[in-house]
Amino acid sequence: MAGNYSIKMTEFPSERPLAKENKIKQLLGKISIPWTITISYLILILLLPITALITKSITLGFDEFWRIATSKVAMSAYEVSFVTAFIAALINGVMGTLIAWVLVRYQFPGKKVIDAAVDLPFALPTSVAGLVLATVYSDKGWIGQFFAPFGIKIAFTRLGVFVAMLFISLPFIVRTLQPVLQEMESEVEEASLSLGASEWQTFWRVILPPLLPPILTGVALGFSRAVGEYGSVVIVSSGIPFKDLIAPVLVFQRLEQYDIAGATVIGTVLLIVSLILLLLINLLQQWGRRYAVK
Amino acid sequence: MQLNKHYLLIGVAVGYLGLVLFIPGAAVFYQAFHLGVKPFLSAVTTREFIEAVKLTVIIAGITVPLNVIFGLCTAWVIARNQFPGRALLMSIIDLPFSVSAVVAGLMIVLLYGRNGWFGGFLENIGVKIVFALPGMVIATIFVTLPFVAREVIPVLEEMGSEQEEAARSLGASDWQIFWRVILPNIRWGLLYGVLLTNSRAMGEFGAVSVVSGSILGKTSTLPIFVEQAYKNYQTEAAFGAAVILALLGVVTLVMKEILERQVHHN
Repeated sequence: MAGNYSIKMTEFPSERPLAKENKIKQLLGKISIPWTITISYLILILLLPITALITKSITLGFDEFWRIATSKVAMSAYEVSFVTAFIAALINGVMGTLIAWVLVRYQFPGKKVIDAAVDLPFALPTSVAGLVLATVYSDKGWIGQFFAPFGIKIAFTRLGVFVAMLFISLPFIVRTLQPVLQEMESEVEEASLSLGASEWQTFWRVILPPLLPPILTGVALGFSRAVGEYGSVVIVSSGIPFKDLIAPVLVFQRLEQYDIAGATVIGTVLLIVSLILLLLINLLQQWGRRYAVK
Repeated sequence: MQLNKHYLLIGVAVGYLGLVLFIPGAAVFYQAFHLGVKPFLSAVTTREFIEAVKLTVIIAGITVPLNVIFGLCTAWVIARNQFPGRALLMSIIDLPFSVSAVVAGLMIVLLYGRNGWFGGFLENIGVKIVFALPGMVIATIFVTLPFVAREVIPVLEEMGSEQEEAARSLGASDWQIFWRVILPNIRWGLLYGVLLTNSRAMGEFGAVSVVSGSILGKTSTLPIFVEQAYKNYQTEAAFGAAVILALLGVVTLVMKEILERQVHHN
């Protein structure tokens, strides 16, 4: 369609009414096959389901929604989800920064393989992650056995939830930070050191400030993923309310009990949280870009 | 002294990766084969296992082509047009990555389930979506939606529209332009997107689990089979399926490295 248009343009360049007609044609031409497919697919796959969830919440009425959303079980599930995910994302914020730093700045044998393997949580299905974490961190598992003598149980407790969240959120921080570190020139640090700043000062005043936006973006991405995680946590935890039950597992349990209202309300709360996080991540990325342009 | 500090940092980084990623990763293979190949072979030849493999392949086989068509169209729309709401559209496409998989599954149940919007209509015409293959496919399409568009948009932007315009002014049709000009230019980015889509489609657990009803041997995919077998104390069967999925993951990572090199090379 657009092809015909441009040929016509060259044939009658001077005729005004036709140019106007062409403009309308151009606008219509924009609603081409790619546009049609994009819009209809998005409506069918994304917008319709989201609308179904929100409408179902609205039909419950505010009082009923609030009662379910703030019920004791739900509140304790949010607490387990958000607090555990927050701690996991923070620890990975520190460890992920260190890993990205080591992978970008230092040379050591096996570096390439280790770098590639950081993506393991993206490539491994979450149920496999849950299965293997439950095995390795159980009382008799490879890692769990070292904690068991101290009375620390990891698998099937809240610590298991924590380990699963560490596992799935780690690549987000490393992969967000790596390209920024690669861009950063080591001359600035060298200049700082040669001007007599201590290593500590150089780290806090020269290296860290430009890295802060990508680190926070990575932490927010990791937190968002950990809050929504279901597969690995459902296997590595016991799913007992007030103990290690997370919000997504609660949604699943409610559905299993045919409590559609309960599932809808807690699902909507999770949806709202992820939308807020998405907004926050966008803002953080803009902040980071401003830093980079300088 | 300086060198020692480097080694200390490397040691801490690798140690942490070991605890969180590598030891669990290695344990999949150890657990599957530590009693020899026999228990593994008997686990992967059961009827339930083979049905799960079939279903996994069918779901990925439907999801990947559909999302490729959508991804290519969306990437073209975003990379080649300036319009109000372009940034918003990009955020909307990324939405499935931030929505919890369970919530995605719940939405599909609310839409197509028995009490859902289309539930009555579907029951009348005798089509079952939830607790059956169509629902599982829709759930998988939802969670893998952004991959292709995300990988193709930057490649298209970098390529620029000059070649397309040149081809168009020489009289090429839209179809010819796509096959002869656009596709050769974006092939590595597209393949990368296909790889990620396929990996997630075969490995998706949460969303599919919600809509599948997890009927073993009927609506259970490989990742669901892993959970079901583990719950039923069939550890060998669970790890047999897990090791197949882990191998798929390793192949994906290796191919990802190769494709990344190609993308940067071009």
